[in-house]
Amino acid sequence: MSDLATLPTTRDEDWRYADPDALKELTAEVLDDWQEVTLSAGETSVQSFVLDDTNPGVTRVRLALGEGARAEIYAIASASEYARLEVEVTLTRGSHFEFGGVTIGGGDVTREFVTRVTHAEPEATSNQTIRAVHWNRAIGNFLGRIEVVRDAQKTDAAQNFRAILLEKGASANTKPELEIFADDVKCAHGAAIGALDPMEGFYMAARGIPPEVARKLQVQAFVADAFAEMQDEAKAEELLGKVLDRLGDAQL
Amino acid sequence: MLKIENLHAEIDGKQILNGLTLEVGAGEVHAIMGPNGAGKSTLAYVLGGRPGYEVTEGSVTFNGEDMLELEPHERAAAGLFLGFQYPVEIPGVSNVQFLREALNSQRKARGEEPLSGGEFLKLAKEKAGLLKLDMEMLKRNVNVGFSGGEKKRAEMVQMGILDPKLAILDETDSGLDIDALRTVGEGINAIMRQPDKAVLLITHYQRLLDYVQPDKVHILAKGQIVKTGGPELALELEREGYEAVA
Ligand SMILES: Nc1ncnc2c1ncn2[C@@H]1O[C@H](COP(=O)(O)OP(=O)(O)OP(=O)(O)O)[C@@H](O)[C@H]1O
Ligand SMILES: [Mg+2]
Repeated sequence: MSDLATLPTTRDEDWRYADPDALKELTAEVLDDWQEVTLSAGETSVQSFVLDDTNPGVTRVRLALGEGARAEIYAIASASEYARLEVEVTLTRGSHFEFGGVTIGGGDVTREFVTRVTHAEPEATSNQTIRAVHWNRAIGNFLGRIEVVRDAQKTDAAQNFRAILLEKGASANTKPELEIFADDVKCAHGAAIGALDPMEGFYMAARGIPPEVARKLQVQAFVADAFAEMQDEAKAEELLGKVLDRLGDAQL
Repeated sequence: MLKIENLHAEIDGKQILNGLTLEVGAGEVHAIMGPNGAGKSTLAYVLGGRPGYEVTEGSVTFNGEDMLELEPHERAAAGLFLGFQYPVEIPGVSNVQFLREALNSQRKARGEEPLSGGEFLKLAKEKAGLLKLDMEMLKRNVNVGFSGGEKKRAEMVQMGILDPKLAILDETDSGLDIDALRTVGEGINAIMRQPDKAVLLITHYQRLLDYVQPDKVHILAKGQIVKTGGPELALELEREGYEAVA
């Protein structure tokens, strides 16, 4: 596949919730910089992407999975400026794509995940779990497109997005897009945007836990779902630690 | 130890406590009984500092210190324990993590050294044993999937671990089976029956008071203490009901 990047604007569907000012800074070079990964039949890969202050901006990844292959991507978008991870995946028979992502942060900043998963053959599965935690005037987005081509029967594709907004000015957007051209398909998607449960907070306070520690426990419990499928527990802990460090910066 | 004077409190602008006065001395156990909706849980929440429960008049001191000035977690560190009528579930946080965080937060606030993981587990095991709660339950998430009785028993394990000075127990007996009632009653005595501690038991029935004998029994109705007596008052209530007695 070749790419001739045209510079996007928020009028483009895939960029509708992006930070318009940040888009003006984008170059074709950045947009053409796809990290390509090809997995042969039965192969497994686990990758993590941390879009923090050392790696903000747009990161694009393209995966092609052979039969029965398994790709896992875990990601954090926590930079203090616009951060976006795009993942394009093509699944063949019996392969699986797992995505776990957390956008977290404050400021006047947009952080987003955009995934496009094509179930190109029957019996492939995909599971995506995204959690967003934001404060100040920050925005967290998840745009997830799932395409199930004709005759890709027994496809099982799941998407789950949940956001917690710690302050009134923060917001979250999600746009699941399902294009299904097969009939024997399971596609589950769920989305919820809410706040931390104040009764949990009071219960913890009643046991002596100060509000900032209580919040950390609640956020940890909330985002843990995104890394729940990770086999490497030390790596999962490390990612969770990075998420909670970012929360530690919040002045609430 | 606990001195409540002329306490008025409201929720969402609705007045619930209307000049409640009550004093509990060190070494004492007091029971509060009263009809549904009288304001018993409201009193417990106000003492615990639940957000949204606004004190409009009156005072509460705890060992001479103005308790209403303190944040909820500071009240806990000062030695207050609130046993919830409906213990709260916290998905994704294990009892062990929750309680260790709680105990060490309290110790830090008091200028004490934190307990290590090993020391904490030893303490937790001992208290779980006292309340006959399977240690495995403490590895599960806080109250999630616990039966009504298990939640109440787990709360008493929490109390044992945190070792408070003053416990306000809101219907800790509700949901307990007959054997659990005895275990919990004995647990409360073991943890709290000490000369420098006190207990305020909110209950509807005599049954818990058979195990944890109160020094005084108060009737709370319409946001006030309307009658105070000895242990016999609870028996009288059980026989005759609120309308006849209060
Ligand atoms: N958020 C609220 N807004 C308005 N009224 C409330 C609110 N919460 C509680 N109340 C009212 O306050 C009153 C006292 O409630 P409370 O829970 O303290 O009663 P209680 O004595 O504990 O009753 P029970 O024996 O049933 O547990 C009730 O009439 C209740 O409906
Ligand atoms: Mg009540």
